[in-house]
Amino acid sequence: MTKIVILGGGTGGTLVANRLRRLYSEADAEIVVVDQDDHHVYQPGLLFVPFGLSRVEEIVRPRARQLHSGISFKEGAIESVDIEARLVHLSDDATLPYDVLVLATGAVLAPEETEGLLEAGWMERVFTFYEPESATALEKALRDFKGGRIVVNVIDMPIKCPVAPLEFCFLADWYFTERGIRDKVQLTYATPLDGAFTKPVASKQLGSMLAEKGVELVTEFNTGEVDGANGKLIAYDGTEVQFDLAVVIPLHSGAAYVGRSPGLGDELNFVPTDERTLQSKVAPNIFVIGDAANVPASKAGSVTHFEGETLVENVKGFVAGEALIPGFDGHANCFIESGFHKALLIDFNYDTEPLSGHYPAAIGLPLLKESRLNHLGKLMFQWFYWHSLLPGRDIPGIGSDMPVAGKTQVKKSERSAS
Amino acid sequence: MTTETLNVELNDEGFLVNPKQWNDEIAAELARREGIDDLTDAHWTVIRFMRSEYFEKGTGPTVRILGKTSGVGVRELYKLFPKGPAKVAAKIAGIPKPRGCI
Repeated sequence: MTKIVILGGGTGGTLVANRLRRLYSEADAEIVVVDQDDHHVYQPGLLFVPFGLSRVEEIVRPRARQLHSGISFKEGAIESVDIEARLVHLSDDATLPYDVLVLATGAVLAPEETEGLLEAGWMERVFTFYEPESATALEKALRDFKGGRIVVNVIDMPIKCPVAPLEFCFLADWYFTERGIRDKVQLTYATPLDGAFTKPVASKQLGSMLAEKGVELVTEFNTGEVDGANGKLIAYDGTEVQFDLAVVIPLHSGAAYVGRSPGLGDELNFVPTDERTLQSKVAPNIFVIGDAANVPASKAGSVTHFEGETLVENVKGFVAGEALIPGFDGHANCFIESGFHKALLIDFNYDTEPLSGHYPAAIGLPLLKESRLNHLGKLMFQWFYWHSLLPGRDIPGIGSDMPVAGKTQVKKSERSAS
Repeated sequence: MTTETLNVELNDEGFLVNPKQWNDEIAAELARREGIDDLTDAHWTVIRFMRSEYFEKGTGPTVRILGKTSGVGVRELYKLFPKGPAKVAAKIAGIPKPRGCI
């Protein structure tokens, strides 16, 4: 009997547990999922909470209920992993031995790493929408907002769902237009990147959308301090951005137990992982899915979903003593809500940046272009998340590999260097 | 001094094409082009750290990781390389632009 322990009962942990349970009979493998609480948050839904389009209770479900029968769920905080002894230590002194360990503990917010962020004005005029409590407080603050400057600031990469802060800007433009006070609200997007986004073609398109919607773009802004009392962000080079209300995306790290486990994580507590096989580089019997890994892919649910197939295939290969497959191509696929009941769709992988065209083939959803169909796709996605993605099923017509049919190729000279 | 007199190939953004073709003189010239006339010991600490990280991990560190691991804090890094520590120090260190997070 193979003992498989999965740390984290979010998107990655749940879909891997369910896929593995289908693969192995209960006589062949024991599967345990550990998480510190029983609240599974549909994280893409957090974006809609500040605008009153969704409430936190609508996007949270019990973790245990998303796991198929034959999977044990253990609620408890993780103290550390002992790689040599193949043991997980929990905070209550319990230990879980494993043959195979799957790390799916995601990324956590590290607002304490930015000077002043948790001080004067936090949750009064400085918020984030990346966690339920602050997203809810921000909903009230936006409702009470009568006019002034709102700045949306990404402190530094990597962050979960890198398009979400842009979507926030687009939705804020729509929200204040609907309320009839758009002319009294200045919107500013301050980013450490040299453009709206990391990938050239998408960056250009998203940059011009910000301009069309009257959102000021401040690039290469490296926030050193948040001064909530005086309403300003101060960059390391001394430049300042004034605000009446700030929506800050804090620094992200891997989970704290990674840092407490000798040899497990990097400087930011992410786990060094092979970007194609998803086997960790720290031990052959440790695999990593989703935001917990240091792979150069977006920290996004779609990436986690597409990783599932390769990861499960490679756990199976490892247990059977076979060679692993370099199956994951870095595929990411994101709906970008652009306000006024429209959305864009982008689709890319390690080697190909987001392009225009249609998805998944020549007839399909328009890529890199606003449409009502994409907005409906985004809304429908929550249903797919609970009913198809978490159970570990493939979504019809959507394979793990990035499709190329239906995409407009760009000249080599316009491509991203990375 | 021109690229020809440096005798190394630079890409469109001014990064060395071959990180192995690098020495202290090239670093000093690349620094001058970035407006840094004198490389202090602190500059060299960061530059050599960038290179060792690159050859070990395949990409240069970000500012945040530099601040945590190089022994030079983030504020100090910005004083040394005001136009952006990770990018400018990578350029002077002769390694590719740190792979932007996606």
